[in-house]
Amino acid sequence: MSVSLKIAVRFLKSSRGQTILIVLGIAIGISVQIFIGSLIQGLQKSLVETTIGNASQITVVSPDDDKRFSDPERVMQAIRQAEGQITALSPALDQAGLATDGDETGSVLIRGLDFAAAEPIYALADRIVQGRLPSASDEAVIGKVLQAEWDVAIGDTLDVTVAGGKRLTYTVCGVFDLQVQSLNTSWFLTTLASAQERFDLAGQVTSIEMQVESGDVFLADTIAAELQALPELMDLEVTNWKAQNEQLLSGLNGQSVSSIMIQVFVVVSVVLAIASVLAISVMQKSRQIGILKAMGIKSRQASLVFLYQGLILGVLGGLAGVALGLGLAYSFTVFARNPDGTPVVALLIDPAFFVLSFLIAVTASSLASLIPARKSARLDPIEVIRNG
Amino acid sequence: MAKAIELNGINKIYGTAIRTQVLFDIDLAFEEQSFNSIIGQSGSGKSTLMNIMGTLDRPTSGTVTIGGIQTGSMRKNNLAVVRNETIGFIFQFHYLLPEFTALENVLMPYLIKHNRPTAEVRERANELMELVGLGKVKNNLATQMSGGQQQRTAIARALIMNPKIILADEPTGNLDSDTTEIVYEILRKVNSQFKTTFVIITHDRKIAEKADRIVEIRDGRISLDIARPII
Ligand SMILES: Nc1ncnc2c1ncn2[C@@H]1O[C@H](COP(=O)(O)OP(=O)(O)O)[C@@H](O)[C@H]1O
Ligand SMILES: [Mg+2]
Repeated sequence: MSVSLKIAVRFLKSSRGQTILIVLGIAIGISVQIFIGSLIQGLQKSLVETTIGNASQITVVSPDDDKRFSDPERVMQAIRQAEGQITALSPALDQAGLATDGDETGSVLIRGLDFAAAEPIYALADRIVQGRLPSASDEAVIGKVLQAEWDVAIGDTLDVTVAGGKRLTYTVCGVFDLQVQSLNTSWFLTTLASAQERFDLAGQVTSIEMQVESGDVFLADTIAAELQALPELMDLEVTNWKAQNEQLLSGLNGQSVSSIMIQVFVVVSVVLAIASVLAISVMQKSRQIGILKAMGIKSRQASLVFLYQGLILGVLGGLAGVALGLGLAYSFTVFARNPDGTPVVALLIDPAFFVLSFLIAVTASSLASLIPARKSARLDPIEVIRNG
Repeated sequence: MAKAIELNGINKIYGTAIRTQVLFDIDLAFEEQSFNSIIGQSGSGKSTLMNIMGTLDRPTSGTVTIGGIQTGSMRKNNLAVVRNETIGFIFQFHYLLPEFTALENVLMPYLIKHNRPTAEVRERANELMELVGLGKVKNNLATQMSGGQQQRTAIARALIMNPKIILADEPTGNLDSDTTEIVYEILRKVNSQFKTTFVIITHDRKIAEKADRIVEIRDGRISLDIARPII
């Protein structure tokens, strides 16, 4: 241990109250920074999740007038080979229609889905609140809003008129709740085979829907661009959720910026606090520094005494701050709960962010000790010796 | 005999707007292994002279030569090394570090140079504490000792690097007469045992007369310089 470190440790130990106070100050600052960061990241994550967690994130559609294309298997095969991040790949044949139960009429979107392929996206198995998913060609499931408004029971039949005047009859075999009002009103789900058969569109689809790994959702635009470049998708159009949610994205962006601003200001105030306390401490210890210089300590060693103090305070404060921040985050998720027991806000506990905050604490307090270190280096021992 | 310290044509002027000259053309040299005292009235310039000798202060003009090396052109860091290795200071206000124990204070000049104490230097520090009669309280914090004990600790600290020269500025100024007597006994013992050169400022004539040589300063000039014949 160098003499500078030894003296730094002893100085901190001898003014224990002051040391504890600074460490506490750093810890509180860093824990607030960690808490705000985790809160905002968690908020954003859950916001993104509710927006696109159960929706198509990348969609292949046709630019043709009839919005349809054939041989989806070939396209899906190409996508599978090109991209490893795709977690769900589901073809769909959609057709707008007018449904009626005899006295009421409403527009619906008949969606022919491959339910096995669509499961990773829509999690329908969990969202069927009554009955079951369709299997026969004339079976369909409807949303719970439509079911409630029209008072439809399982086994009832509904007539749907699709483009071209074709009138089809479906038996309702289940009710779903996708937790989105508009989908619960208008979606009318059948099997893909049923749609292709009953609309006379064998082998055709209107879209291929995809999801990517959760870590890659913000790369959806890049992945979409890569897919667009595939020769098999030359005549098709690849859209992604980011292009369709610009407002949400700019909102998230603004939130991130203000969160970072708050964090920066918290850190700046921590730095100022440490700097001022260390500046006072270099005055308090000027007598000791003068004595040490009379005994031959070099300017560099004298400044290291204060740099080490800053470093030690930063490490202690940073560790305490991370612990406090974790505690704060934990108690927030434990105590702030919705009536149903779920946390009000799901904070994102990201170890990398904690490590970053710790490093910020250490760097900030080392920086804050630069000024006192310089003062200490410049102190002339004769001032101390002459004036007692 | 070789000179431990040599001062040539030292002038010291304080202040720039209001200039007060404190030292006038001082020429003074101290031989190695000698035991010298400087006396003079308060304000005559003794401390200023000593601080210049110890490279803590720079003269306005003139040269300071320590162990044959001129210090005028040396950089701060090199002066620090000179102070650390060849000069031991004992100040009137002892100037111990209150955060450290007596023993740690004694070791401090060694730590400044080497960072880590060896078994030998620890042993030496313990011996020095015995020499100054503080074997029992050496692990007390500096603040938990009496004035005399603190001053004796400062003496042990001045000796730890085995310096060629010890400069002492009224080392007994704050001590009662019995303790003063003890401290001087110790200084003389060190002088004969380690052959250390001593320059001691004192206003106590009785103490000064025990030195081999007495230099009197009056108003910034040497007014008297007498050596006791060596018996
Ligand atoms: N920093 C300074 N600025 C101006 N005058 C000073 C300063 N230090 C000391 N003096 C003056 O120099 C003279 C000599 O002081 P000093 O060397 O401390 O004397 P002594 O140690 O003999 O009592 C005194 O008159 C004192 O007032
Ligand atoms: Mg004086």
